[in-house]
Amino acid sequence: MKIKLNIWKQENGKTKGKFEKYELDGVDAEMSFLEMLDYLNEKLITEGKEPVAYEHDCHEAICGCCSLYINGHPHGPGKETATCQVHMRSFKDGETITVEPWRAKSFPVLKDLMTDRNAFDKLMSAGGFVSIDAGQAPDANANLVGKIDADKAFDAAACIGCGACVAACKNSSATLFVAAKVSQLALLPQGKIEAKRRALNMVAKMDELGFGSCTNTGACEAECPKGIGIDFIAKLNREYLCASFSEAE
Amino acid sequence: MSKLDAKIPEGPLAEKWAKYKATQKLVSPNNRKKLDIIVVGTGIAGSPAAASLAEMGYNVKVFCFQDSARRAHSVAAQGGINASRNNKNDGDSVYRLFYDMIKGGDYRAREANVYRAAQVSSNIIDQLTAQGVPFAREYGGTLANRTFGGVQVSRTNYAQGQTGQQVLLGGYSALKRQVSLGKATMFPRQQMLDIVVIDGKARGIITRNLITGEIERHAAHAVVLATGGYGTIYYLSTLAVQSNGSAAMAAFRKGAFFGNPSFIQIHPTCIPVLNEYQSKLTLMSESLRNDGRIWVPKAEGDKRKASEIPDEERDYFLERRYPAFGNLVPRDVASRAAKERCDNGFGVGKTGLAVFLDFRDAVAKQGKKVIKGKYGNLFDMYEKITGEVPYETPMMIYPAGHYTMGGLWVDYNLQTTIPGLFAIGEANFSEHGANRLGASALMQGAGDGYFIAPYTVSNYLADEISNKVPSTDSPEFVEAENEAKAVLDKFLSIKGTQTATSFHKRLGQIMWTHSGMQRNEEGLKKALVEIADLKKEFWSDLIIPGTANEINQELEKASRVADFIDLATLIVNDALNRKESCGAHFREESRTEGGEAMRIDDEYSFVAAWEYQGADKEPKLHKEDLKFENVEVKVRSYK
Ligand SMILES: Cc1cc2nc3c(=O)[nH]c(=O)nc-3n(C[C@H](O)[C@H](O)[C@H](O)COP(=O)(O)OP(=O)(O)OC[C@H]3O[C@@H](n4cnc5c(N)ncnc54)[C@H](O)[C@@H]3O)c2cc1C
Ligand code: SF4
Ligand code: FES
Repeated sequence: MKIKLNIWKQENGKTKGKFEKYELDGVDAEMSFLEMLDYLNEKLITEGKEPVAYEHDCHEAICGCCSLYINGHPHGPGKETATCQVHMRSFKDGETITVEPWRAKSFPVLKDLMTDRNAFDKLMSAGGFVSIDAGQAPDANANLVGKIDADKAFDAAACIGCGACVAACKNSSATLFVAAKVSQLALLPQGKIEAKRRALNMVAKMDELGFGSCTNTGACEAECPKGIGIDFIAKLNREYLCASFSEAE
Repeated sequence: MSKLDAKIPEGPLAEKWAKYKATQKLVSPNNRKKLDIIVVGTGIAGSPAAASLAEMGYNVKVFCFQDSARRAHSVAAQGGINASRNNKNDGDSVYRLFYDMIKGGDYRAREANVYRAAQVSSNIIDQLTAQGVPFAREYGGTLANRTFGGVQVSRTNYAQGQTGQQVLLGGYSALKRQVSLGKATMFPRQQMLDIVVIDGKARGIITRNLITGEIERHAAHAVVLATGGYGTIYYLSTLAVQSNGSAAMAAFRKGAFFGNPSFIQIHPTCIPVLNEYQSKLTLMSESLRNDGRIWVPKAEGDKRKASEIPDEERDYFLERRYPAFGNLVPRDVASRAAKERCDNGFGVGKTGLAVFLDFRDAVAKQGKKVIKGKYGNLFDMYEKITGEVPYETPMMIYPAGHYTMGGLWVDYNLQTTIPGLFAIGEANFSEHGANRLGASALMQGAGDGYFIAPYTVSNYLADEISNKVPSTDSPEFVEAENEAKAVLDKFLSIKGTQTATSFHKRLGQIMWTHSGMQRNEEGLKKALVEIADLKKEFWSDLIIPGTANEINQELEKASRVADFIDLATLIVNDALNRKESCGAHFREESRTEGGEAMRIDDEYSFVAAWEYQGADKEPKLHKEDLKFENVEVKVRSYK
């Protein structure tokens, strides 16, 4: 296949970026999207040109590194698909493909298609954990967890921290990410003890870090590569409200 | 320094660790805040180690090259994590797990370490559960278990096919908690370039800030390497594309011995190579072999669709050759059996380099829903990559480089031959001997991190209380930084015509051909020549765009590839030296009449620990003799 690429190029966080056009011949439909970019980069380098910087590591939709905004969608075409799972067979011969980084105030661009998603780590530090030291744990079967709760908690815990939800949201809200963590831990007996504190602290941190608020557009759910549902946002809202009331008491 | 002392505590096997803990040196809580520890790596070994040491009160600095600790490649582990909890009442015990690992590793691991790993396995599941890891549960609420290859009990805990992600996030969240408490400080997007050794002790590291390009110096009282495996030496492997052997090689060059470098596991069930630009191979978890049956057509070159081949014309070759374990033989055995069929013309798919992994019978017996519950995400992953639906057509799989049993040599303290430098997780030469059993890497890494390193590092630090952290202006730091910079400048100054990736691909090809699933003297010697040629070409024709003072992914790649080239030589030398077959190391010259691997215990019952002698000089071999006092050394049979 032959394709045309329209790729965001930006030297670093201080400079302004712009779209750069590339034409690429000899693309194999079986290539993954990232392999196509590698192919482009190898070509650019040997021609003495600047390659395109982008993030990737596992190529298995689990590390959350890859984060490309392809043709107006975080992670490109396909439902519940991370960028690294997109294959060139999803595009037509001769098609023009536009590739951008995540666009969100809290995820500043570092270079080309790379952004700084450190804000997610900060959110996790604000409460995305259970306070227990190594060596203090009771027997894992001492807390029985029903299969349904365990499975539901797993569904929430499947979040890969990619940030597509933020990139998809017109408010750049991180609510789905926070909701997933808060819900996972609130569903399990071992996480319930700190549930209130966790919900309050993570939500407060989200505001502090400049993420927007949630207006229930559902764009996050539609683009999430792991199918994290907005029902978890409802759960977060309940946890948060309940925590705010008891805090006020 | 060069004498190998594994420092195994005296006494009966089952009491060694308890005795160690009861008599080790301690650091009082008051003194811990005066001591700094560097942990490089945030996988299932590094994150728990960093969190646990910080919980104790030490000041911990944590490094990784990804933008977040949560992205370490442990996140990709799929199938599960072992623990000898005997949850199924099926005869499991610490001894049984220990025995399975020793046997699975083909009697090339150290008894005392393996036993300890089995002893702490149960606590890991408790700890992870307490952190909120949603392990699979039965309807009654108890932990669910599955079976992995090479064993006859059900001891594997799992969270669908994303166990690695879930257990890593447990460790990561513990680490984030310590960050919030100010006891741990994160240094993401840093590539460790060198270890700083002062007066014979590890005292710090040199890193490159991957955003600014700045070279940084970091000092501490001890350094823990948890930098993972180097399976990416084959270029195509199940590891992440940035996984590397550079930290281990830096330690090696500074005097840490490298243990059994040639012991590399080739995983039998991976999606085969689909195109020449492929950058990575995807694992299909071993757990699939619980329900999937592996076969090829009985007739050579049979190109019919799987569904058109009747049962009597199928060769379920694992069930045929190994009736006792069937599809659940250990990985090395399964990989070689698949290769044997394909080499003889029975392979399937476009290239003939694949075998079927078929779920037809399982779906018929258990129903699609049950199979989906067990493997849904793996089936989806397979479908996304290949466009085929495994509920309907069998998967096609082929072996790929996966796990490195070899790594930095460590003693019972998990300390390398450089005092103050520890290696944990896949980065050390580990408890897996010549072959690792499924679901035991997460177990070993987490065990090292949560329950072993906190004790052994403390034991070391007890003698460091009165020593201040060295100044980063000391000559050793300055020298290490200058050397690191010189190497980067060298890469940039070559201005040749070939990319780092192109060299990596060629290196991978050499290693896969001559030092992969099957090895022989002639091929290995050829590999040495080819690697030397490639090295020359690399250092004279590499091209890197840009500069060292900015984000430069090509520069990062080049430094990884340069280290891989040296590591490849080390691997091949080790493989040449070990003229026996054992576990994953299959020397064609050493096999039984039935074609199985044949150990030569009289000559090779040792850990090969290699000592660096200078650039382009042959490393020196040291041997740690292995003594088996608690198991009978037998021919490993899964028939
Ligand atoms: C696809 C796959 C599936 C697997 N499935 C299972 C399974 O089901 N069960 C099981 O038990 N095992 C499994 N394994 C094996 C297991 O996942 C690994 O052995 C284990 O997770 C390794 O953990 P680690 O902490 O040692 O290293 P990693 O998780 O690889 O972490 C390495 C860390 O070191 C850092 N690092 C490396 N080099 C540098 C450097 N130079 N500078 C700075 N930082 C550096 C990285 O940033 C990272 O944080 C699987 C492996 C793979 C590849
Ligand atoms: S909720 Fe979904 S989109 Fe958001 S970070 Fe998690 S996996 Fe990515
Ligand atoms: S590269 Fe890891 S999720 Fe895509």
